[in-house]
Parts: sequence; structure tokens; C-alpha cells
Amino acid sequence: MLQSKSFVKKTKQGRVVKVVREHYLRDDIYCGALSCKVCDTSAARLTSSASTILIVDTNVVLHQIDLLENPAIDDVVVLSVVLEEVRNKNLSVYNRVKALCTNSLRKFFVFSNEHHRDTYVKEMVGESPNDRNDRAIRVAARWYQSHLGGSTQVLLITNDRENKRKAIEEGLSAETVESYVKSLGQPNLLDLVSLPTSEDVGMEEVEDLRPSKRKVIYNEHKPMSEITSGLLRGIYHQGKLRVNRYNPFEAYVGSESIGDEIVIHGRANMNRAFDGDIVAVELLPQDQWHEEKSSIIADDEDDEEEDVHLVPSSADDAPRNTNLVQPAAASTASTSSRPAGRVVGIIKRNWHSYCGSLEPMPMPAGNGGIAHALFVSKDRRFPKIRIQTRQLENLLDKRIVVAVDSWDCLSRYPSGHYVRTIGKIGDRDTESEVLLIENDINSRPFSAQVLACLPHLPWTLSSEVLANPNRQDLRHLRVFSVDPPGCKDIDDALHCTSLPNGNFEVGVHIADVTNFVLPGTPLDEEASQRGTSVYLVERRIDMLPKPLTEDICSLRSDVERLAFSVIWEMTSEAEIISTRYTKSVIKSCAALSYVEAQARMDDSRLMDSLTTDLRNLNSLAKVMRHRRIERGALTLASAEVKFQIDTETHDPLDIGMYQIREANQMIEEFMLAANVSVAEKILKHFPLCSLLRRHPTPTKEMLEPLLRTAAAIGLDLDISSSKALADSLDHAVGDDPYFNKLIRILATRCMTQAVYFCSGDLSPSEYHHYGLAAPLYTHFTSPIRRYADVIVHRLLAAALGIAKLPPIFMDGLQLTSIADNLNYRHRNAQMASRASVELHTLIYFRKRPTDTEARIVKIKSNGFIVFIPKFGIEGPVYLMPRGDKGGDWVVDEVHQKVMRTGTNISYGILQTVRIHMEVVEPQPNRPKLELTLT
Amino acid sequence: MEYVNPLTGFRLDGRRPNEMRQIRGEIGVVAKADGSALFEMGNTKVIAAVYGPREVQNKGQQINNRALVRCEYSMANFSTGDRRRRPKGDRRSTEISLVIRQTMEACILTHLLPHSQIDIFVQVLQADGGTRSACINAATLALADAGIPMRDIVTSCSAGYLCSTPLLDLNYIEDSAGGPDVTVGMLAKMDKVTLLQMDAKLPMDIFENVMQLAIEGCKAVAHYIREVLLEHTKQLECHRGA
Repeated sequence: MLQSKSFVKKTKQGRVVKVVREHYLRDDIYCGALSCKVCDTSAARLTSSASTILIVDTNVVLHQIDLLENPAIDDVVVLSVVLEEVRNKNLSVYNRVKALCTNSLRKFFVFSNEHHRDTYVKEMVGESPNDRNDRAIRVAARWYQSHLGGSTQVLLITNDRENKRKAIEEGLSAETVESYVKSLGQPNLLDLVSLPTSEDVGMEEVEDLRPSKRKVIYNEHKPMSEITSGLLRGIYHQGKLRVNRYNPFEAYVGSESIGDEIVIHGRANMNRAFDGDIVAVELLPQDQWHEEKSSIIADDEDDEEEDVHLVPSSADDAPRNTNLVQPAAASTASTSSRPAGRVVGIIKRNWHSYCGSLEPMPMPAGNGGIAHALFVSKDRRFPKIRIQTRQLENLLDKRIVVAVDSWDCLSRYPSGHYVRTIGKIGDRDTESEVLLIENDINSRPFSAQVLACLPHLPWTLSSEVLANPNRQDLRHLRVFSVDPPGCKDIDDALHCTSLPNGNFEVGVHIADVTNFVLPGTPLDEEASQRGTSVYLVERRIDMLPKPLTEDICSLRSDVERLAFSVIWEMTSEAEIISTRYTKSVIKSCAALSYVEAQARMDDSRLMDSLTTDLRNLNSLAKVMRHRRIERGALTLASAEVKFQIDTETHDPLDIGMYQIREANQMIEEFMLAANVSVAEKILKHFPLCSLLRRHPTPTKEMLEPLLRTAAAIGLDLDISSSKALADSLDHAVGDDPYFNKLIRILATRCMTQAVYFCSGDLSPSEYHHYGLAAPLYTHFTSPIRRYADVIVHRLLAAALGIAKLPPIFMDGLQLTSIADNLNYRHRNAQMASRASVELHTLIYFRKRPTDTEARIVKIKSNGFIVFIPKFGIEGPVYLMPRGDKGGDWVVDEVHQKVMRTGTNISYGILQTVRIHMEVVEPQPNRPKLELTLT
Repeated sequence: MEYVNPLTGFRLDGRRPNEMRQIRGEIGVVAKADGSALFEMGNTKVIAAVYGPREVQNKGQQINNRALVRCEYSMANFSTGDRRRRPKGDRRSTEISLVIRQTMEACILTHLLPHSQIDIFVQVLQADGGTRSACINAATLALADAGIPMRDIVTSCSAGYLCSTPLLDLNYIEDSAGGPDVTVGMLAKMDKVTLLQMDAKLPMDIFENVMQLAIEGCKAVAHYIREVLLEHTKQLECHRGA
């Protein structure tokens, strides 16, 4: 049966055209109930025993998705009209429903009511699309009722009063979400129900009991039409709101129309916007652009303070430099150039669910067990969220997940609902789980479809693989690997043979992951989604399933493995004469650790061939490294720490700086060289669709804090180029041995991170990698743990003509989105690792209050921030009690000093101080590390 | 954009990936022509008129051992949503005219009609994707109506590849999605492909699947066209009163 759908549409040019589309109605759409005798039940998902089948309307899906995801709700029919509406309104909810409908454990069935002969409804004259869709839902519900007969009850779930009334009039059973959940008799589920907005059926009187609080706190958001016209006229500016990670009362909106970031001070100006929301901003008059007085933040309404945290490894992790103490002369000039603004409207919300805990509160008396509680997100960028709960006593000491429902201008905090409990606060597993959720890391086991893509175990080298003319047999070479001790995912190995002409043949052999991860398979999709393996202190979350990561791909010793090799001929001066790329078969003769390799090289008695190879490689690496530094590559430093973990309890036993040896640098050098060689090769063949990695040159503003510190201690840094900076860093030698490293650490945190990009998106001059001083760079050497390398392997194989280029490379947009996802995953993985180290640091110091040496890295008006080299952490030391503003401490901004008036006690930047570290619990269940002067 | 719903497997208009739109053919719609037909594929509607075999109008073009086949493709001003004056002989219509001419020439037994000319006029009345295929199908019907000797009936159908699924008979929305569009014309009974067009890149193995789907489509069209012809012949028989 054929129906024509016609509607009128306005084109971009402003012309009005009539669009006619065919709409086929079918009689072969099945109801999805297993018990149905008429329909084909091969694709049915609803249980045969179900006495009730739920049909949900659009708003129920949109607002109660957390409830639907709970396994207690099942046998749900999702109509295609609902699905379509949900997709148009909220893509993230749509994806969640989609996941529910494809999950084989859940009984969610999608019914194409719009294409079914009996359930299609035509819009009536004067009927709004919303009413038409509601009618379509009711028609479908009625069809189900008559189709399934009396054996099964069909229940329409809707919170819309009008819809419910009509449904009951038409003889359907209809209920609101809350009354249905109540009838299930599981009080915990009620917490998942999000509160209805005013026009829906009232569920329960949720009046705020404190009338004084019912006053307007925030400005009303401007209506969308006004925002659109304001944006067009240039009085409003659109952009994504980014809340300062270290000061939730300060946010930035990157605006294209201004070409600069707009600063937004305070919650009132942020006007209910969340981090990540797309907002419309109005600029404040210029005289209000500077209003923030810097101190270690303290707002009168919220009592938040800076925590002890890991030392930032790049500018992306570091606190923004705006609320630093700035030299008085510069302050007016530099801050007035930063436009400040306020949010007038929110164009697109970025609400999702948040991890955190409830603010401690006494148990309320009575009120039917319903308590209003304030939820504090672990991520400080988000405001507190008001929730209603019936299980307060259970939740107080738990980490929970909460979703936001609404935020009107009468309430200080947004209101939300409880989603689920993760575990007890402070428990290591719970906290690890929290940091995974916070960083959006998928730690679920691999699905059956993904595991089905793995080769049969035990994997052995087959004769077909050997017979492949594109795969070279390199098993005769003396190949070995050098990795951190205990490394199981070995993705690189080396060999070095001296040639008769005095040159060396050096090969870098990388695990041939793409031989097992074929494009377009579920395994590939999963890896592409995960993007990278995540290394936490006590565990590793793999990008590829364990058999691949630890066995089949891992280049372990004494087994035959497939590899992708880059082989150079080098002179003894490390000049590359020729480069060759090939897929290969290798047999590693030794899997060394850095310590072992170093010991072999240092032990002058050892003269075996393996040791000679190592020494040759090392001398080549030294030349290469020297040349690279000559070119202007920066030697940056990070304060990486290493934990010793108790194998039984997984508690940290010891903590210390990660030691870098010559062997590490040697391996690093060859990996860099391989990456550069591969980058050149793939870019030559695929100038528009190569995946490369670039590191943007830091701007002067980003290096500002470094320069200010350097100036305060009388050090002159030249930042005109990476070479100049590298040289002046080399010359920055102070009176103590750690001084140079400290300066380097401070320099490192001023840089942004390197990012992946698709070569077609940028011009060649932007490909530059600043930190490595290389015009081209990519990632090729760790395909087991990074998806970028997998892509690069495919590109290289295609460039060599031994494999076809997968179709996704033809689509520039898709490649860009892959690159964006990789950057996002990469960053999240790093954040998670850092959070994991922070968590273990806290656990470590819980039982061990320690006195140690620290360096002052930043001066604040009420204290300073110290860096503790031994543990790689950084945190505030307060000179005066909180709330005691002013005091008798005076900040000397030019010399970056804080002095006590009347005495000669002063603290200057980079000065060494003795501090005491101890874990305190100012509030129950909220342990934190506190630093005090000894 | 989800051109194939991942949950239900239906396309935007409610078809499955391997389903064609509704097709309809009608013979004898232009009384003056020697043969004419109307062919619809969903909302795509095409009219074809055949004149000939007749004397060659321009003697210079006459071919001594076979017939001269000419084809003219045009689109009605009202055939798309926005009404637009369409110049005659633009690149697109010249190209499609050529494609149709070559496809039809391959099946007409031109050597039986030397010194003569056959004119095929096709006009798109309503366009909704797949006009090329619809034109070929209409021309086949019209040629058969004109009683012109043919090897077999040529039919055509297109197929595309969107959302990693091969789709049969793309409509306008699917066609303008930017994916590949494979148009196949074939002699259904003889199983010979006479037309194959695609202006996109597609990996070989996928291309083969898509082309196979288009071939299935052609066969289905051929089946239908044969039915229409049979029905028409029966009616002629009736009229004669035999």
C-alpha cells in the first residue's frame, strides 16, 4: 500500500518548495511478542510469559531513560515514531535507547508503526505534529491490544495528562511513570524517576518548604528567537562553555565571532550553564572586565578549595593562568584585553550523568522517607545537584551517579535524580570505577562479537603466511625487545647488524596488529572506539582483547611473530642511507627490561653479540639524539612516579620517581626515527588522508607563567624558537642539582599536548611538531595499545601496495572524526592515569604522615603552591587560616614573594621548604591530603 | 543520517534494502507515435514515444547497412519541486540521451532496417531519483509497442551503497546522499549487461554485491515489463475480435 507524504519546505535560498515523498505501508511488520501466533516470531524479543507490555511515549523515553535502563523495566515496545522524535530532540538519549533495543539481554522491541498498514495515521487538518504523534502512539497501543487479545495487557506509559485522558477514553490502560513504578513495589526504583515539569501530571507535591528560597536567583534565559537574532546582529556570541577545572566559578567561552576567549566570572554570570554547553554570551561593559581578585579560591556560597594533585604534565592539565597574581603594572593592561561576559541563553545542553557523593546531612524526620539531598560531583566543574531520595541512609557513604533534569531560575542548584550506586566512598575499587566513569573510559569486558573476531588459540605461524610474497622472513635476524619490567604487551623490537661496508642495518619491528584486526570488523570498531589502552596504577584496560594484547601480537621472546618492519641502512654517524618497509616474520631472541639492557651495556666484561648490538644501537642513538637536540627538540621533564604495589592487597607499598636510563632514551630514539620515516612515507602516498601528529608552537601567553617565574629569580629565557628555548633551558643551572629539572617541569606544563589530525584538514606548515622539532610526525610503534598506530599501519601497507586502503580513508570527514575521538580518548586516558596515581598517593599517605622537602612553584595571596619532587605531587600550603582574609602577609608581585609584615620571614618562588603531609578528614568520608609547613 | 534504520532495517520510505519502489508501465499513451509508453518507478514518471522505422530525415546521416537510432531526453519544467526552465541540450541531458541511445541500439536489430531511422523521445514528467533507469525501461516498452525488432528487452535499475548496506532503486533523497550510484542496464533473458555506470569510488568486493543487486532489480523489471507486454498483446487480440 502506498501513501504519499507531502510537505512544504523552505530552501536555503529562501524559496518555498513542495516536497513529496513516498511512504510505503506494509503488512509484514511483526509485533515482536514470542507468544503471538499470527506473526513471524524469529525476531521477537518480548517474552511469551509477559502479562503486561509497556508502550512508552516520547517524553518518557527522553526524561526517564535512567529508569528504562534499569533491568526491572522490561517488555517495552518502542514505537518508531517515538524513536524518531527522540532522535530529533536528544541524540545521546537516542543512542542509549538504541543500545537498549539491540541489547540481547533486554526485552525492548522496536515496532515500525509508521510503516505498518494498520497503525499509520495521517495528520488531520488543524492537528499539531505533537498531537498527531500522540494519536499515533495510541493507535499503535490499540492495535497491540487487539492483536494480542486478552492474554496480554498493553499499558501505555505517559506523563502527559491530555494523552492519558484520551487513552483511557479510548479504552486503553494508561498510567504515569510514577504510578507504574509504584505498582512494581520496588521503592529504590522511584529514585530513578525524574521529576515532571509543571505541565505534566503532578506526581507528588514537591513544593520547596522554604519560601524564602523561592526567589529569582538567576536571570531568565532569553528566548531562542532573540538569541538567534542577537547572534546575527553580533551582540551575542556563541561558543562552548569550558569551566576552569581548578576554579568552578570561572569559565571560558571560545567565541569565533570575537576570535578570543570570553571569561565568565561567577555562577550568576554563568547563569545555569554547565561545562560543555553551547551558550550565547553577552559581553559585559569594558570597565567590568577585571573583577576577580586572585587568591586560592574561596567563594562565599560554596566552600571549596584547591586539592593536592599530581603535577600537571602539560598546559592542558594545568590551572589556567588567569587567576595568578600578576605584576601590578601588567595587570591592568593584560586583563582588560580579556573580554568578560555573561551567559544570556543556552543553545544546547551537554547534560549527562555525573559521579560524586551526597553532601553529609542529618537524617530528616518523617516525610515518608523522602529526603532532599545535595549531590556534590567529584569533578569540581559541575555545581551541586539537588536530588530526591528514599534511601538516604544507604547513599550517604556511597559514590553515586546522578543525572540532571532541570534547572530553573528560582533554584540555586539544578535538580536531578539518582541513577545508580557505584560503591563505598574511599574504597579503592569504587574510586577506580569512579575515575573510569568520569573519564568516559569503557572498562567493560569485550563482547562476544568482538571476541569472535580473534584467531584460534593457540596461534601458530601458518605456511600460507610464510608463503605470502609480501611478507619477508626475518627469523634469522637477532631481534630483541627492551621494555619496562613486567611488560606483557610488547609492541616493538629492534635489531642491529653491522654490514661489511662499515654501515649498520638497523630494524625496528612493530607488532603486526592489522594482520589480526581487519577493518570494519566488530573488533576494529571496538578498538577504534576505545582508542587507546588505559594504564592505571593497579590495572590496565586494554584496547584489544587479552589474547591479542599479551600473546598473539606481543613480540615475546623465542616465538615466531608477525611484524611490520622499518629497516634502515645507517652510517656509523647515524646518517640514514636507505629506508625500507616490509611486513615480516621475526623471532625475538630476548625480551629485556630497561634495567637488564642497561646492565648489559654497562658491564664491560660482556662481549656477546647481543650486548654488542645493544652498544652499537646505543652509540647510534646518542648521535641521533644529539642531532635532534641540535635541531631544537626540547628535553622536557615530567615528574612521573612509580608505585610498588602489594600483590595481595593491591595497596601501594612504596612510591618514588620513575628513573630514566640511557636504555630508555635509546629505544625512544629509534621509535621516534621510525615514526618520522613512516610519516614521510604515508604522507607522500596519501597527502590528503594521512593520520599525523602535530604539536602546536606555544603562544607567548602560554609561556607567560614560566617567564614570570624566571624573571622573579633573575633567569633570562629566550622563547623565540624551540631551539632558543632548548638552549636557554640548558643554561638554566642553579645552585642545586634539581633546579634545572624544576625549570623544565615548569616549562613542560606551559605546552599544550600534541594532537592527531588528518593531513587533508591542515596546510603542510601546520604539520610541525614543536616539541620534537620535526616537520612531520606520526604514531606507528605501538599498535597494540593505540588505535592511531593501527590506522597508520593500514596506511603504510596501502602505500606499499600490499593491502587495499579501507574505504573510510576516502571520507575525509570520517577520518577527522576518528582523529578527534583519538585525541579525546588519549586525553581521557591520561587524565585517568593521573587520577589513579592521585588516588594511590592518597591511599599511601593515609597510613604514613610524612615530612619532606618541597619547592614553591606559585605564590598566592594567602599561601603558596608547593611541588614535592619526591612524590610528583603539588598542592597548596596556607599561611593563614581559611576565611581570614588579608592578614599580615603581603605579596611582593615583582619578586614573587610573600612576606610577613614586621618580620623578615618571607617565602619566594622556587624556594625550598620543609612540609608535613598528612591525610585528614575534615568531613566524614572525604579524606584529603593536607600540606602544612613544619 | 541513517538511510537504513539500524533497529528496524527499513529505509526512510519504509522499503527494505533489497526492495524496489512500486513500478507501473502503460503502453500506448501517445496516439500519434508509432509506439509509446509511460513508466513509473515510485514517484519517478517517464513518458517515451518512438517514431519509426521511417525514412532518414537528413540524408547525410543515412547508414546503408543498418538503421539510424536517435534519442532525445528531456525533463519537463514541472518535473521537480522547484519549477525551473531547463535548457535543451545541456550536458546532463546530452549525456543521458547518449546513454539511452547506446543501450537501445545494443538491443535493436538495426541490421534488419537499413536506410531507416528510429527516433526515441523520452521525457521525465516527475523526477524522484533513478530517471535514467526509468527512461530506459519506458523506451523498451515504447519500442516494443512500435513493433521494432529487438534481441531481447533491455531493462535497467540502479543500486547504491549507503550505511554499509547495498540499496536497490535509490530514490531522490538516497541518491543525493552522496554515495555511489550504480546504474545497470541489461538484456534480461540473455543475461548480458549493456550498461554499467558509476561515478564514485567503491571497493571491488562491495561493488560486485551492489551490481549484483542492481542486476536482480533489472530482472524483476524485465519480468514485469514482459507481463505488461503480454497483457497489451492480449488486449490487441481482443480488439481484433479474433
